[in-house]
Amino acid sequence: MVKSAAVLFLAEDTPSPVLPHIAEVILGLVAFLLLLFVISKFVSPKFEALYTERTAKIEGGIEKAEAAQKEAEAALVQYKAQLAEARAESARIRDDARAEAEQIKEELRAQAQEESARIVAQGQAQLEAQRAQIVAELRAELGRQAVELASRIVGESLEDEARRRGTVDRFLADLDSVSAPAKR
Amino acid sequence: MGRLVLAEGAEKFAPPGVKDFFLPPIFGDVTKPMVLMVLSVVIVSAFFLITSRNLKIVPTRWQFAAESVYDFGRNNIAREQIGSKDFKPFVPLILTLFTFVLVNNLYGIIPIIQFPTMARIGFPLALSLLVVYPVYHYVGFKRHGFVGYLKHATVPPGAPTAIYFLLTPIEFLQKFVLNPVTLAIRVFAAMFAGHLILLVFTLGGEYLLLHAAGPLKPVSIISWAFAIAMTFLEAFIQVLQAYIFALLSANYIGMALAEDH
Repeated sequence: MVKSAAVLFLAEDTPSPVLPHIAEVILGLVAFLLLLFVISKFVSPKFEALYTERTAKIEGGIEKAEAAQKEAEAALVQYKAQLAEARAESARIRDDARAEAEQIKEELRAQAQEESARIVAQGQAQLEAQRAQIVAELRAELGRQAVELASRIVGESLEDEARRRGTVDRFLADLDSVSAPAKR
Repeated sequence: MGRLVLAEGAEKFAPPGVKDFFLPPIFGDVTKPMVLMVLSVVIVSAFFLITSRNLKIVPTRWQFAAESVYDFGRNNIAREQIGSKDFKPFVPLILTLFTFVLVNNLYGIIPIIQFPTMARIGFPLALSLLVVYPVYHYVGFKRHGFVGYLKHATVPPGAPTAIYFLLTPIEFLQKFVLNPVTLAIRVFAAMFAGHLILLVFTLGGEYLLLHAAGPLKPVSIISWAFAIAMTFLEAFIQVLQAYIFALLSANYIGMALAEDH
């Protein structure tokens, strides 16, 4: 019974699994070609376009960034140059100012020295003149006084000791009063 | 011996076999694999058409998923194998091969569907013999001329003259007969065997539970555990086979187009 069933099972012609059914081959081919058509017509171009766009966008972005970087670098160089220039300028101005100040100081000093020398010379000349005037005045006064004294001595009694002493005293006092303003 | 013991139950265990791959037609002459095949076209088309409807520079989540699949076919398979100079026109073909085979393989572990369409030799044979084979020879002849391509394909440079008596027939056999056949058989056999293994463990477990003698019933748990483990393995193999199918197709095209061997 078991054996006959097994025989029956084998005899029941099971088709070979490696022999293709023509219907399946045709269906498989048609199905595949259909899918291939859909993908190559509607799917692939879209993705490829997207990739192209994405690449362009990324490359564009990179380019833009590079340009910006270059610009910034140029600006930096320019600013640095300007800064250096300004620094040199300020240093130059400072040096100029210092030199000018030095010169002015020197000029002022020379001027002051000249002025002081001039003042001293003027004072000396004035003093000299005054002295000469005083000497002249004194000389004239002394002569007059001497003449007056002599006339007094001659005119008055020489015996009178008291009067004589008084006359001399008066003369001296007069002499003092005359020389007092000259001393000043 | 074991089978004899088991067979003492009320019903004899009939192991799954080739007959399980010949399902009765659903209506007319239309069988389940045929329906699944058409469904796969709908699934892949819908996936790509919906996700690529509104592509943006910065991808959304779905677009990212579609782009990942597209990139895999485009960059990892087509560009790697064909070369960055010529790969562009073949991207749709390679991508279609990959996704088409992938979906038809994955049917094997999806509940209710549970039938890898590529376990029917007719489908992979249609792809390899009627699509990949003509394409790579066509581009080869077009690139190198008729004699040029025959020489390019069968006389690889750099071997001693005597070797060519042996090498040329082998190369010819490989390029013009074996490549397309092995391409189809590789995926067919993997899917066929994988499905059979899942059937054995699943039906075996069921039989053990329902019909085996009392002490043997718990063994069904082990059988099903194996079925689950095998399902994971199958998932891996199904993806891998789809990848290999597309990879080898691209490789054949790349070899036919290559300037020198």
